Formats: sequence, structure tokens, C-alpha cells
Amino acid sequence: MDGTTTDEWPPKKKQLTMSQDVQTKLKILADAAKYDASCASSGSKGTRQGSKLGSTEGMGICHSYTPDGRCVSLLKILMTNYCIYDCQYCVNRVSSDTPRARFTTDEIVDLTIQFYQRNYIEGLFLSSGIIQSPDYTMEQMNLVAMTLRTKHRFGGYIHLKSIPGASDDLLADAGRWADRLSVNVELPTAGDLQQLAPEKKEPEITHAMGTIKGRIDEFKTEKKAGFKVPKFAPAGQSTQMIVGATPTPDLEILQTASSLYNNHDLRRVYYSAYSPIPHADARLPGKSPPLVREHRLYQADWLLRFYGFDANELVAEADRNLSLDVDPKLAWALAHREYFPVDVNLAPREELLRIPGIGAKSVARILKIRQHHALQVADLKKLRVAWKRTAHFVVTADHNPGLKKLDDLHLKQQFVQQPRQLTLFDAHASAKSGEV
Amino acid sequence: MQFVKASTFEEWRTVCRGLLARHVPPSGVVFGDTDRSPSLFDATDDSEALPPPADSKSPVVFRIPKSFLQAAERIACHTAPDRWERLYRTLWRMTHGEPRLLEVTTDDDVHRLVMMEKAVRRDAHKMKAFVRFRKVESPEGEHFVAWHRPEFRIVRLTAPFFARRFPSMCWTILTPSESVHWDLQQLNYGPGAAASEAPQGDELEDLWKTYYGSIFNPARIKLKMMTQEMPTRHWPTLPETDIIPDLLADAPRRVAEMIARQEGFATSAADFLPQTLTFDALRAAAAGCKGCDLHEHATQTVFGEGPVDSGLMLIGEQPGDQEDLVGRPFVGPAGKILDEALAKVGISRDRIYVTNSVKHFKYNLSGKRRLHSNPDVREVTACKPWVEAEIELVQPQVIVCLGATAARQIIGPEFRVTKHRAVPQKTRHCENTIGTWHPSAILRQPSQTRRNEMLLELASDLRLAAQLTGFGE
Ligand code: SF4
Repeated sequence: MDGTTTDEWPPKKKQLTMSQDVQTKLKILADAAKYDASCASSGSKGTRQGSKLGSTEGMGICHSYTPDGRCVSLLKILMTNYCIYDCQYCVNRVSSDTPRARFTTDEIVDLTIQFYQRNYIEGLFLSSGIIQSPDYTMEQMNLVAMTLRTKHRFGGYIHLKSIPGASDDLLADAGRWADRLSVNVELPTAGDLQQLAPEKKEPEITHAMGTIKGRIDEFKTEKKAGFKVPKFAPAGQSTQMIVGATPTPDLEILQTASSLYNNHDLRRVYYSAYSPIPHADARLPGKSPPLVREHRLYQADWLLRFYGFDANELVAEADRNLSLDVDPKLAWALAHREYFPVDVNLAPREELLRIPGIGAKSVARILKIRQHHALQVADLKKLRVAWKRTAHFVVTADHNPGLKKLDDLHLKQQFVQQPRQLTLFDAHASAKSGEV
Repeated sequence: MQFVKASTFEEWRTVCRGLLARHVPPSGVVFGDTDRSPSLFDATDDSEALPPPADSKSPVVFRIPKSFLQAAERIACHTAPDRWERLYRTLWRMTHGEPRLLEVTTDDDVHRLVMMEKAVRRDAHKMKAFVRFRKVESPEGEHFVAWHRPEFRIVRLTAPFFARRFPSMCWTILTPSESVHWDLQQLNYGPGAAASEAPQGDELEDLWKTYYGSIFNPARIKLKMMTQEMPTRHWPTLPETDIIPDLLADAPRRVAEMIARQEGFATSAADFLPQTLTFDALRAAAAGCKGCDLHEHATQTVFGEGPVDSGLMLIGEQPGDQEDLVGRPFVGPAGKILDEALAKVGISRDRIYVTNSVKHFKYNLSGKRRLHSNPDVREVTACKPWVEAEIELVQPQVIVCLGATAARQIIGPEFRVTKHRAVPQKTRHCENTIGTWHPSAILRQPSQTRRNEMLLELASDLRLAAQLTGFGE
């Protein structure tokens, strides 16, 4: 596609057809993006003013689902999969002989606009291999976002994966155009990074996150003070961690996540089970991705953020990993039976939140209903709590499991399901609902 | 008992106002959709038959929560026959002694309404997600048309969303029971349409399928949950669902390939490292290295040499023709240049540990001549464990990387000799790492003046390195 066609949109006469070349590039550069777990397009509150195409209204929309159960919400592609770095877990690392391609700015812009016009997508999620230097790469990505916003007055969702090591000014620029910025921490600890991605330095990643947080805070303060300030990454920042590429246990992973939530105000931490990639380094596990583990991490993450749990509470096992047999809330309950049964008609909110099988939404409803009448089992069932699990841990007006059952050493056995291979979908669904 | 017709939210609302004002209890009224066949009670459907307002002098003012009316608007789109009477009964109860009824989400009426609202919300959400426009070119310009089959009558509910999203596009959404058209100014509603009235394809669909097929990871298949989120009733209007059978059929092969190709870079020098870290052990082990293909054509491994307590380490790129034959680093023409530079600084070679990034000679045959060829990144990466082991053994205070290959291997991939030369940097290998010219680069330089300049620069960088190491004190 030549550069002149994007001067006005939609073009008056000239028919835009994507060339064969674009199709080939799309194949390579979408394929290279398929390992990234983050997909959400939510969190932007209002649509940008003066948009000619596209809106962002609260919850993101999944426009399709792939047979791996993952939602397709954004055009998730790499600007290029050339990369000067040699991160061992990454298919795009310089020493891999994967086929390479690079999109032009106009090609990405056109794909985004055209897909958006058909209602295939909510927007663009652009990441990139690092070419020339972090600054150069970030500049090129910013250019795509800027073109979409200014030339085409595009109001849809834009997520830019910031390049660690890019200058603060470029990050600031990125935040002007993007709804969300993310900087991938990649691996859970500085030691893991050192081992598998020595060129990505932990301080650079943390610095980028800190800069973004600073800008977001600044924007909020100025807006509160009544200034008219341009938006800055209104959907906040997120990150992704690869799980299972190194032996780092869940406890450390969750501690890293907690500190990211607390210190950097991250909206989301995505966990991505390391999956076998073509041309992977021999140091990495060659088995299928540890999806159950990934699923448990999402559940635990949810408990950290919305249920008042602490990472140390959730991971009590000697090997410092989450239990794979039962969900983390149930695991905690089984390890703290002295805490139960909890009376749904009397207990405060914090205690209700700890009952296995009852989610935060149900807790809110229970608190309201009990002002009108004492809850019975039928009420809980109507609220769709996971009664099989919940039954052992609650007292209602017409139900008391008795301590005997709770003391039963075999209680856990009842909950352990036949092992089955989970897919990312389960993880994705629970990441969204978090009902554990 | 009276019968009232309600087919839209507005109708229901008007009717209910009257009913409430006249204190008609829920048991005294039957609701029906307009499309229901006339019933026995139809005859009573005129306002005359409604009881007169109880006390017109003191009209009752009902406070209905806004949230209830918003929910009712959605529930009105549902097709369940009991929706109108549930809504009215709930309204009645809220205005007759149970003002906070909506909080009791497990009450039968409230629960049923909540479920209906949820179903409508979901259907509306799916419409926002699964409407697929197809572009039609006409003399008046572009027009985007979609055919969609929702479960309920939600076109009016969702049309404003599409108007906000696609304000500058002319679009039409057709459904079996209603349609809506946006003309860049306002929404116009019309009758339903058959799928055959919509355009049958779009030029973008192939590209979209390409994307869909590529973004899918064949290593993690889960179909059941996919159909739960993407109900099969919508599949016929989603172009990408065409290729699902192919994607599934091809998945095992793609996974097998992913795993098989994982071996592609399985070997590196790491597999040949000795148990103990001594110079002799390293050197002996490196002699048998098959970490990459380079060992096949080279004569021998050219390992590093020099005092391991040196404190100063020089790393070049790769042995050349003469080094390959002799088995020692920097003995050819480039070695002469290096010696010349060292002489200017006044340090002798035997005080320094000298080695290369890659230990085997790589060349192309041109007739009988072996022409040096640059190592590629995979070879540099494969060989890196040797240099790392040497650094660990020598523990140098200063490393000098001769040329870009060594500098990128040790300092970082962004290193450019022209830009970053002569500046000591802290790396994870060493406190002071300096990148500078490779002697061969000086050799290849056609201009004599520039050659002299570069040689001086190399010497000055070596002098700095010697000072930092504490040489000459
Ligand atoms: S070049 Fe290095 S990695 Fe390759 S075989 Fe020779 S010593 Fe081993």
C-alpha cells in the first residue's frame, strides 16, 4: 500500500485492497504475537472526543474466540519480529531462524481501520521486536498510534507494548496516544531475567513502569485540580510474566505481582504459561504449557486484588507453589478449618469473602438480602454459589454442616477433580470472573 | 380482570402508570403481546373499562428507582410471555410496602427478572461483538451492511451503540425481525430482512481469516468453552468460523512441528563445558567442541591464551586463516596490527589474556583461498559459553572488546563501535568493559590517514585499559 492513500479516510475513489504481501506479513507478525496472554480491551472510560471512527465504552468486547478458547478483541500484531536481543524464551530472539517481516506504519494503520470498520476488533495491540535501538523502535510504534489518532481520528482502543530502555519522552508520547501501556516484566525475578534475557535489565523495566505511573498520577492530579489536560493512558498499565520457563515458585511470582499492584498501580498482571516455541533454546522445558498452574495463578491473583488475601497466606505448601488439585481459596480454607463454618447471616464482609465457592458479587448480594430476611440454602443456590464446595463451610438459617465434617481429614479428597488438561480459556474465564 | 396489550417498553410503561394510579392489583390484570392471538379478554381492552382514579384530588406520586426502569427497558426486549406481569407485580410490590424489594435478589419475582435481564444483556453484548459489516460500493459511496440474528428484539437497544462507534460510516444492520439504518445523522428503524438480502462477502474477509488462523495457538485447544462464548447460532454470520475445521485438523501437525523445531538450536558450547574450571580443562574441552557447525570445516579450535591472573583480557572476533593453522589467536596480519598498537602503549602481549568470541575459523572457499566470513548470531551465541568460562576463570578487571562482534556479545546488542568506542562501561561480566576497533578493520581501511588515526585510537583505548588495570605501576 503506498503512503498517499492514507491522507484521507475513507478514500473517495480508490479501492483499497490489501496486497498479498500484507497477507504474508500478517501471518508472520500475528503468529509471533500469539504467545502474549494479554488481550483485554477494557478500562478506558470515555471515548476520545471528536472521534470519527471507534469508541471505548467500559468493558471491552471480545469479537471472536479462537479454538484455543482465547478471545479476539484486538488486532494483536508485532510491528516487526526482527530483534537485536537474544531472550531465550522468545521466538523472535536474534539467534532464532524464524521467518521475519516488518510492517510499515501505513500497513498497520490501514489494517486497523479496515478491520475496525467491519466490527472485527476493538482496536490495536501493537508490540514489536527491538530494532536498531529501543528509542527507534518506540518512536516507530508511537508513529502508528499517532497516525491513527490524528489523521484518522480513531477513537478505538490502542494498547502499546512499551520498549524497556526507551526514553521517558517517548513513553510520555506513547501515553498520549494509547489507552493502555504495558511493559513486560517477562520473567518473575531479576535472577530469571539475568539467566534467560540478560539484555533486558530489571531496573530498566521498573524504571519504565515507574515513569508511566508517574505520568498517570500527574494526569489525575491535574485533572482533579480542574486543568484541561490531554489524556494519558486512561486504561492504565499492565504487564505479562512468563511462567514455567524457570523453576521460580508461585510464591515469588505472586510477590512480584503484589508489589507491581501496590507500587506501580498496575491494572493487570498477565501470566503466560511458557509454551513450546519453535527454535527454543534447549535450556527451556519442551513440554506442553503448564496451564493448570497458569489458571491457579490467575485465581490467586484475583484473591490478592479483590479478596484481601496476601501472597504468603495463599502459598503455604512446602515447595512454595500453589496447589494444583484445588483452587487457592479452597486450599486456604482447608488449611484453616478453625475459621469455619462462617454464618452467612452474621459474618462481616471480609469473612464472607473467604468462603470457598462464594464470589465477591454474591457477597455483596448476601449483605443486602440479609437485611430483609435470614438467608437459607435456597437463597445461596439462587445466587449460584458453588454449593458443593460452599456447603461444608457455611451456616445458614436452615443449614449447619457441623464441625465433624470439617474435621474430616478426607474432606479435601471430595474436591479434587480428575486431573484434566486445562486450557487457557479456563484461565481466561477465571481471570475475568475470578469466582473461586 | 382486565387484559392489556404491551409490546414495547413504552407501551408497558404508559399502561402501568394508569394501572397504578387506579390501584389495580397485579391479580386484576393480564398482559399480552400484540402478536399474541386475541384472547377472551380482548374485548375489555379499552380505557373506559379501567376503574377511575381512586382519589383524583390527591394523586399518588410513586418513586420508582431509575435502575428499575432501565432494567425494565431491557427486560421488555425478552420474549418470555411472563415478562410484563412480572414487571408489573414487582412495580406493585415496590410501591406497596416493599420499597427495597430489588435488593432481595433471591425473591422469586426479582430473581426471574434478573435472569431475564441477564439474558437480554448477553444477547445485546453478543450483537455488539458479532455484527460483521460487509462493505458495498455504490455511486453514492461506501455502505456497510450486516445481517445478524439476535435471540431477542434488541435492535433498538443496541443501535445507539453502533451510532456512537461508527458515526462517519453509512451502515445498516438487518435482523429477521427489525432493521436499523444510520445515515450519518440519525437512526432509522425498519422491518426485518432475510439473510439473502445482505451482501454475501467482503474483500477483507480473507485477511481476517489469515489473522484469525495465525493468532490461534494450536498447543492449547479448547473447543467447548469456545462455543460457550461464541454460540453456534452466530457462526453462519462470522466469516472466520469457516476455517475452524481446517485449523483443528492442522493443529496436531503444527504442534508437532513446534516441538520438533525446538531441537533446531539444541546444541551450544554449554553442552561441552568441563566439570572443573581450570585453564587446561577448558582448553582441552573446547578442542572437542561441536556446539555449532563451524568445527566441521575448521582445522582446530583456537582457544584463548595468556596469564589467567592477568587482570586484562582482550576479546577479538574469530580466528582467521593463519590462526586456524597455527592454533593460536592473533598470529596473522591482524595480530601484527595489534602488536603494533600494544607496542605504542608499551605493554607486551604476554602480560594479557587474549581470546576470541568464536573459537573456530569460518570461511568461504574461493578457488583455493579460504576467505574469512563473518560468524552469524547463532554461532556467536553458541560459542558464548567458552568466553563466559574464560572470563570467570580470569576474573579480569578490564575487558577490551576488539570489534563489534565481541562488543555486542559482551556489552550488548546495541553497541556501535563508531558511537560507543573508548568509553568504559560496567557490564555483568566486568567493572570496566571497553569496546574499540578490531585490528582487521584497520587493515581493511583504504585511506592511509584514516588507518593511522584508527591505530592511534586503538592504542589510546588500550592505554586506558592498561591504566584501569593498574599496569605500569
Ligand atoms: S565455534 Fe564455538 S560453539 Fe561452534 S563448534 Fe567451535 S567452539 Fe564450539
